[in-house]
Amino acid sequence: MTIEKRSSAFEYAPAPESRSIVDIAPSYGLFIDGEFAEAADGKVFKTVSPSTEEVLSEVAQAGQADVDRAVQAARRAFAKWSALPGAERAKYLFRIARIIQERSRELAVLETLDNGKPIKETRDADLPLVAAHFFYYAGWADKLDHAGFGPAPKPLGVAGQVIPWNFPLLMLAWKIAPALATGNTVVLKPAETTPLSALFFADVCRQAGLPKGVVNILPGYGDAGAALVAHPDVNKVAFTGSTAVGKEIARTVAGTHKKLTLELGGKGANIVFDDAPIDQAVEGIVNGIFFNQGQVCCAGSRLLVQESIHDELLDSLKRRLSTLRLGDPLDKNTDIGAINSAEQLARITALAERGEAEGAERWSPACELPSSGYWFAPTLFTNVTQAHTIARDEIFGPVLSVLTFRTPDEAVAKANNTPYGLSAGIWTEKGSRILAVANKLRAGVIWSNTFNKFDPTSPFGGYKESGFGREGGRHGLEAYLDV
Amino acid sequence: MSDKTDKTEPRLSVFKTYKLYVGGKFPRSESGRVYEVTDSKGNWLANVPLSSRKDARDAVVAARKAFGAWSGATAYNRGQILYRVAEMLEGRREQFVREVADAEGLSKAKAAAVVDAAVDRWVWYAGWTDKIAQVVGGGNPVAGPFFNLSSPEPTGVVAVLAPQESSFLGLVSVIAPVIATGNTAVVIASEKSPLPALSLGEVLATSDLPGGVVNVLSGRTAEIAAPLAAHQDVNAIDLAGADEALAKELEIAAADNLKRVLRPQPVDFFATPGIDRMTAFLETKTVWHPTGSLGASGSSY
Repeated sequence: MTIEKRSSAFEYAPAPESRSIVDIAPSYGLFIDGEFAEAADGKVFKTVSPSTEEVLSEVAQAGQADVDRAVQAARRAFAKWSALPGAERAKYLFRIARIIQERSRELAVLETLDNGKPIKETRDADLPLVAAHFFYYAGWADKLDHAGFGPAPKPLGVAGQVIPWNFPLLMLAWKIAPALATGNTVVLKPAETTPLSALFFADVCRQAGLPKGVVNILPGYGDAGAALVAHPDVNKVAFTGSTAVGKEIARTVAGTHKKLTLELGGKGANIVFDDAPIDQAVEGIVNGIFFNQGQVCCAGSRLLVQESIHDELLDSLKRRLSTLRLGDPLDKNTDIGAINSAEQLARITALAERGEAEGAERWSPACELPSSGYWFAPTLFTNVTQAHTIARDEIFGPVLSVLTFRTPDEAVAKANNTPYGLSAGIWTEKGSRILAVANKLRAGVIWSNTFNKFDPTSPFGGYKESGFGREGGRHGLEAYLDV
Repeated sequence: MSDKTDKTEPRLSVFKTYKLYVGGKFPRSESGRVYEVTDSKGNWLANVPLSSRKDARDAVVAARKAFGAWSGATAYNRGQILYRVAEMLEGRREQFVREVADAEGLSKAKAAAVVDAAVDRWVWYAGWTDKIAQVVGGGNPVAGPFFNLSSPEPTGVVAVLAPQESSFLGLVSVIAPVIATGNTAVVIASEKSPLPALSLGEVLATSDLPGGVVNVLSGRTAEIAAPLAAHQDVNAIDLAGADEALAKELEIAAADNLKRVLRPQPVDFFATPGIDRMTAFLETKTVWHPTGSLGASGSSY
């Protein structure tokens, strides 16, 4: 049976999630001091649905003057918020967690519309993790004395937070939940292609009765992020995004007293040994690079497969890729959604072309792409060497580079041969090999016989140029405490 | 007789040639340069190596080479070696009291207190090597069938700008926490008072500390620190010995490969330290594995 026939044997009827559950207003303001407001200079930008290019809404675009206003509001709110008993701050966060649970279907649909990722993921991964993150940090707010940072650790003040577009609401939760639990106030800038869920979160804050100014949301572009990071009255900077921007931010805060945490890029190695359970490994590889269209900083974008099982594994992998369903992100059957923006699609396209030009062998399953929107077929490259651009640069798309190794030492050397150090995967049935290899990998998160697992209690963050600081768990508190 | 007159002459002492400590050896600066070090009253004490950028790079190579074995050593082993440093230092107490008194213009009693505190600091950190992982790491109760463990790991090669004023207690207080957890270090000694640091190299060399784990350079702090802050194979930098302007310049250079930066801050080196100087140069690694369930055929995931 050919691959094409096999996939056509499993035709599904569309099962779209209704978008009527979410009511997107034609325009949104900035959320400053508990109020929605226009930008000082009146600028706006459009946010589109990446799967259809439909304009979803028009959003106020923050500039320097708005950053000033938001930081001032956060500063004014800080004294009272930080002086609240931890138990009271906790209850606000518990309320937020509960309201997110109540509104999770609405927020999942919204996120899928604005980001382009499959509803299966926003529904089953993003939203449950968002609620869990607030619920987890809520519980810390009145237990900080016991967190191992000495008695009565103090908050830093105003946190300036800049987040990416790949997990808009989840990254917001990773930033805001620990900041508020520890008594800081927040000015957060969502990415310009995905501002909506953060603005809906402003409404969640309103419903929760959160005091005004404690959370301020500034949709905008890189200039607004740069202004926020450089603002003299910001005490803490947290950024998730590209390594290049992360370095620029590190330079900006140099010589100040601002505390900085950075969660940046990656080029994760997913190492498959010859004794690995092939079917499970294939699921892990697929999850590692095609979850969220590969637009994941901890993606397993380099597959390191032991030479002796290369052909067998690649056959299975190709067969599995042929069953992935690409298309309408709101369809509950969809595995692969849209690329987030035209700009990102262009970047992925260029890097994939470079892979071909440099001599790697390109393969994609038969896959029809919708006629409008931003789409990229699941792609893998074989015959990849460490010198290839696609083995070194973060592609941030559904593109897997396959390399081989013969010995565990070679696997470790190749896995570590990158300036990044965020994630890695290990597939083998031998427990001592897992521990030996995990021990030698220079990466912050190691998934063994699994991949892309996240939990609010589990610290996440990188080694080397993948950034510093940890988000999640007790470790995640440190970034927001004066310790 | 001439023999009798000789006996009344004071014996001419043997000066020590102060040299760098790099890769377990005691080289001069490759540049052949030296500078004059005086005591607090301006009296000549020694000519010490004026390290070059090349010396700094060589020291990074030595530190990188030592990192694998040192970070891979058991915490118990590292603890014993740090304790051995304290033992060796105790035996050279008189020498260090003299050097610290000269360097910092202290009375003998005060210099002795400094040296005693430095010896005790090694003992303190010796005890930390096999405890820090339990204090800052541990299991995480994730909501799913997974084993999940976070452990601290050393960041790598750390450039250390030793404090300028506290040339010995300050020095020990910044080196010990870096190496206790398995990092290796390139240390820039106090610019005007480098002798205690260079002598510490001699102690480290006889303490079972593998060569390259600590490398000590003397010279102009700004000149040596610049290439270290910009070095792509240095993972972190402790700016304790930098003034405000230099610290900012070095932090900007350090951003090029996202070094972990510990900014200068006022420290009372006589007080018992916290764990901050260790955690500043630790990464957290979190490992997941499915726990599965026990079916008829055993475990599955």
